[in-house]
Amino acid sequence: MNRNIGISSGLHILLVIITAMSLPFLSKKPIDLPPIVSVELIQITDQTNIPFAPKAKKTIEKVKEKEKKLVSEQAPPKIVKKQKPDAVPLPDEKIDKVKKIKDKKQNPEKIDNEVKQVSEFEKDKLFDLNNIAALIDKSKVESAEIKDKTDKVTQDQDKSIDFSGLSLSEEDALKAQIFGCWSIPLGLPYNENLLVRIKLQLKPDGSIIKSEILDHARMNKPGQGFYKVLAESALRAIKLCQPLRVPSKGYERWKELQLNFDAREMLEG
Amino acid sequence: MLLRYLFILLILLPIKVYALIEVDITRGNLSPLPIAISPLSIDEQSKESFKKIIKKKNIGSEISNIVENNLKQSGLFNPLNKDAFLQKPDIANLKPRFEDWNLIKAQALVTGKVTFVDEKLRVEFRLWDVLAGKEMLALAFTTVPSNWRRVGHIITDKVYERLTGEKGYFDTRIIYVAEEGPKIKRIKKLAIMDQDGFNNKFLTLGNELVLTPRFNPTNQMVTYLSYFRNLPRVYLLDIETGMQEVVGDFPGMTFAPRFSPDGKKIIMSFAKDGNSDIYTMDLENRVVERITNHPSIDTSPSYSPDGKYICFNSDRSGYQQIYVMDSNGKNVKRISFGNGLYGTPVWSPRGDLIAFTRLRKGKFYIGVMRTDGTGERLLTENFYQEAPSWSPNGRVLIFYRETKTNSKGEGFSAKLWSIDLTGYNEKLVETETDASDPSWSSLLSN
Repeated sequence: MNRNIGISSGLHILLVIITAMSLPFLSKKPIDLPPIVSVELIQITDQTNIPFAPKAKKTIEKVKEKEKKLVSEQAPPKIVKKQKPDAVPLPDEKIDKVKKIKDKKQNPEKIDNEVKQVSEFEKDKLFDLNNIAALIDKSKVESAEIKDKTDKVTQDQDKSIDFSGLSLSEEDALKAQIFGCWSIPLGLPYNENLLVRIKLQLKPDGSIIKSEILDHARMNKPGQGFYKVLAESALRAIKLCQPLRVPSKGYERWKELQLNFDAREMLEG
Repeated sequence: MLLRYLFILLILLPIKVYALIEVDITRGNLSPLPIAISPLSIDEQSKESFKKIIKKKNIGSEISNIVENNLKQSGLFNPLNKDAFLQKPDIANLKPRFEDWNLIKAQALVTGKVTFVDEKLRVEFRLWDVLAGKEMLALAFTTVPSNWRRVGHIITDKVYERLTGEKGYFDTRIIYVAEEGPKIKRIKKLAIMDQDGFNNKFLTLGNELVLTPRFNPTNQMVTYLSYFRNLPRVYLLDIETGMQEVVGDFPGMTFAPRFSPDGKKIIMSFAKDGNSDIYTMDLENRVVERITNHPSIDTSPSYSPDGKYICFNSDRSGYQQIYVMDSNGKNVKRISFGNGLYGTPVWSPRGDLIAFTRLRKGKFYIGVMRTDGTGERLLTENFYQEAPSWSPNGRVLIFYRETKTNSKGEGFSAKLWSIDLTGYNEKLVETETDASDPSWSSLLSN
């Protein structure tokens, strides 16, 4: 009897131990939560500067080669045709330009009365001045230097220089910065025009030389007291954000910026 | 001659002009504006004089504490910790060192001083734009020393108005029904306090049941309902003088008398011949005019601030909903269409919104909607809450909330709460006793 009880209790204890050991919740360690990492938004540029992985690069090159082959196999005559008409006017234009210059040099009578009186020395100066002008404006230098290059090349370069706006990522970076600095006064009447336009003159590092409210007259109009409050908040935002997150290149493009602060969207919410 | 040609050529030079880049800033942060409130400076002599009169050690820092507390409660400002201030308060008449204030990230700064002149309290204060480095506001007040708390509220109103573009609501009072005792045998008294809960006063003794006190939007008159020998009576009370008069006895159930925007009429609902409709009463000649005439129950009328429209409650569609009509009772339009019941509509003093209580699935909500019924937003949800009342600038609502009772009837309490239009800044308004039916006054000083 006692023996049976002993065996029974022994087996029971064994069972309890096995259950306890094998139950998952008992052996589980407390969940170790990783610390919360703040996520910063990364601005995406137009073109990635991350190099392709070596393998991918090879495959891309292969694909490119294939495409090239395909193109050349399929339409070699077309390319030739295309090149010809492009190439044809070039010499003409060149000749025209050269002729004009030559005309000016050789036939002073054709030039305006004022120019007629100019001495040779001064003429030289005039031409030098053109170069100075070219120096002032980099794009001019390039267009001047590229006379012996093809027209196509100059056009491409002009495009890249003439591109006047900020790229999407550049604009987003600037916006995101100012969003963070601008405390919108909450008491504004949202059915009114809540647009404040501010023109900025910037230094290359993004700090502000001058800020000017474009509708300044509205500041002191009767019944527009809220506009003054809004304009002041926008000015505070700019000052607080200084230096602005401007692109590192192309100072000429953004040395003057206009910021349009519009609170309506936020207040109507 | 050479110069002349140079000049002509310079003009003719094809200088490249870039189009002005425009960037639209359509978002900003709605986080509170960091503001530094420097304690108002006070000379030793004045300090001693005030200490005798109002029993406060340093009235300068007391007043600045009121300003700080008010601005913090508004949810729109973040008053900075005074321990971080680098410049001492004795800068009242000097230009502050803006760099020091910039360093602690203050965008605005309040400085000032208190003096004791001819037995009176004189306060000067200035508001500075720290980032622009210029003065935005400079004012001085003179008043009796006992009025010192109001000075703090007035300064807050001026600062608030200058920085947010709308009028403040700090120099105001709140009238409410103070409640004491068990729920079955409640004593209800009329009470008034400053909007921050100070200077609490009881206006009635508690012998009679009082209900629904409402401020006149133009002065410090109050209308309320009280039962006299089980008959509802509408009273007028002048808080300045303490004078009280009976406007009239009305038959049946009378509800929620409320002033018209010009303060010359009272609008209310009462039951005549078993049918509850909306009536107005001219306070000068006591002529009663019937506005609605419908077999349904019409209650809780409230005027628009221009006095042209009235919003009210009616069950004419089968359920209690909100309606808007012209002030003569014509062009009745239903504006609420959600599930559940809508009650206690109140037109905002700004005129753009109507606040209401909504009962849905056993929960009470305080919400706002535009006056055409669009843009409904529920600001707060609870077991039981109702009777919103607008701050005079139409930014904050005060209402009362009852906590759950257990089966024995214990644990019951009613308290005042405030919430602003964003729905985030919900605050308990401290009162000595339990409280219900709050009504916000207009600004005491304009």
